[in-house]
Amino acid sequence: MLRVILHRIAGAVPVVLLVTLITFGLMRLIPGDVSAALGGVSSTPEQREQIRHNLGLDRPYYVQLVRWYADLARGDLGRSIFLGKGVTESTFERLPVSLSLSAYSLIITLLLGIVSGILAALRQNSWVDQAAMIFAMIGISLPNFWLGLMMIVLFSVHLGWLPTGGYVPFQEDFLGWLRTTTMPAISLALLQVGLLARITRSTMLEVLRQDYVRTARAKGLPNYLVVWKHALANALIPIVTVVGIIVSLLISGAVVTETVFSIPGVGQLLTSAILNRDYPMIQGGLLFVALLLVGINILVDIAYAWLDPRVRYDGG
Amino acid sequence: MAESAASLEGVASHGPPAARASRRWETGGRLLRHRSFQIGLGLFLLVALAAVFVPMLSGVDPNKLSMRTRFEPPGSEFLFGTDNFGRSQLSRVVHGARLSLVIGSWVVILNAVFGTLLGALSGYFRRLDNPLMRLNDALMAFPAILLALGVTAVLGRSIPNVILALAIVYLPRTARIVRASVLVLRQTEFVQAAIAAGAGHWRILRRHILPNAMAPVIVQLSFLFAYAVLTEATLSFLGLGAEPPTPTWGNIMAEGRNYMREAPWIIAIPGGALAITVLALNLLGDGLRDVLDPRLKIQQ
Repeated sequence: MLRVILHRIAGAVPVVLLVTLITFGLMRLIPGDVSAALGGVSSTPEQREQIRHNLGLDRPYYVQLVRWYADLARGDLGRSIFLGKGVTESTFERLPVSLSLSAYSLIITLLLGIVSGILAALRQNSWVDQAAMIFAMIGISLPNFWLGLMMIVLFSVHLGWLPTGGYVPFQEDFLGWLRTTTMPAISLALLQVGLLARITRSTMLEVLRQDYVRTARAKGLPNYLVVWKHALANALIPIVTVVGIIVSLLISGAVVTETVFSIPGVGQLLTSAILNRDYPMIQGGLLFVALLLVGINILVDIAYAWLDPRVRYDGG
Repeated sequence: MAESAASLEGVASHGPPAARASRRWETGGRLLRHRSFQIGLGLFLLVALAAVFVPMLSGVDPNKLSMRTRFEPPGSEFLFGTDNFGRSQLSRVVHGARLSLVIGSWVVILNAVFGTLLGALSGYFRRLDNPLMRLNDALMAFPAILLALGVTAVLGRSIPNVILALAIVYLPRTARIVRASVLVLRQTEFVQAAIAAGAGHWRILRRHILPNAMAPVIVQLSFLFAYAVLTEATLSFLGLGAEPPTPTWGNIMAEGRNYMREAPWIIAIPGGALAITVLALNLLGDGLRDVLDPRLKIQQ
């Protein structure tokens, strides 16, 4: 097991290096002059020179690159121009908000997705199956920000049940947190619910056809034991591998959902950075999210090896 | 040598031309009988025909302001209502549809060409595989929307830049699928036979491997079209797509956010059109996958 973990971490090193290089390169690809964009059209050449100097852009590329890695090694992602604070600091400040929303959404995804997928597989081709698959199809096709907006129109503007946006930390007021995060979490979850339901259904169908399931039935085990113990345990293995994809989609979706519901999370931080052309913040934020995902994928792979002895003994 | 390579051609493309043509008809027929494919095709044609013909027939300028007709609800005079500037929403939504479909098509074309090229090179030439796939992994480490946002933020907002950003974001995903097929096909007997017969790399790739690797690519491109349309709308909703007043589904919805109480249709209709388009493409993709590549049905 330890070998699998080490192997997987070592495998991620080139990816991490490339990710840092891509983020570094991306910000140097900006056509024209960053300082003109940041200083505004009325800025004087001296002001622009000062901006370039402050960002270290007046140095040769290799010096910039060395400084980039030196700063990264200290966990320093630069300073946000608009917030006047460190990128790492502002990201970590907002992180709990995004994490609580994503966790809520992930719980909805796992519950609805796996349960509806199993039900559909157990009653293949029945109306339950068809209803679940139509629901899943709608889930993967509805744009999450549109769904969010329509929920605001219905539940906030017309019915006045829930606030149109904002965020209350759950440690302060749990009910307030539920009131502000339920609509965003649902609109964020729907795509992943659809994907997960479809994947769960097809893996369950495949597993239910296996010999060991037939054996379990033949030896007279009650149906629920066959389904929950024999079939689901094996169907979960491929499902775990898609959790990485699901988390990636959650983070992507959260960028938009946080903007729709005015939730002060990392996604909103990044969107406003992009709209304000706050380049250090964009660079740092992109890298932060990418590294987070690389880390999550390593964890997923380790979980996969832990669940599936075949992977473990082959050395991953 | 050349002769033996030529005679192997028939093996690679499964039988004489007449049989191939009839198989093509058969596949087409099976697609047209597939339920999801039928619904998807119908919905997609509906959107595409509206995008092409409604602006031609009605001739209403999507940017014509008219303060007298602000916030007209959908009705007989304005089928989709009007917005805060009294502009016809029907006209704006169908112009948005044009743009969505054009951007989606370009992303699909760029992916079909460069994704296939990169995937084929990576799967066929062992030496290229490792560096290309590491680069792929690194690009795929970024969530799609964030990378697209980052690239458009860097390049500046314009329609070609949005196309470029979306193509870059989805290219690694397409290349990976092509590579997987090429890796398998490379080991098959007919490819080994072609190598033994002395066929060149280019010829083997073009005549023997790629034609047989196309099924999963076509399926992927159909889903890719859906993602591209959806991500484009998201970008322009966030303010990074085509510049207003050019109507896109995303920026119409972004403007409509300020009038959710007075005129919810400004958001509801373009979003509905977007949902129908994405649904249509997903259904088409499902149908294509079931018919062209039944293996995937089990995996996914």
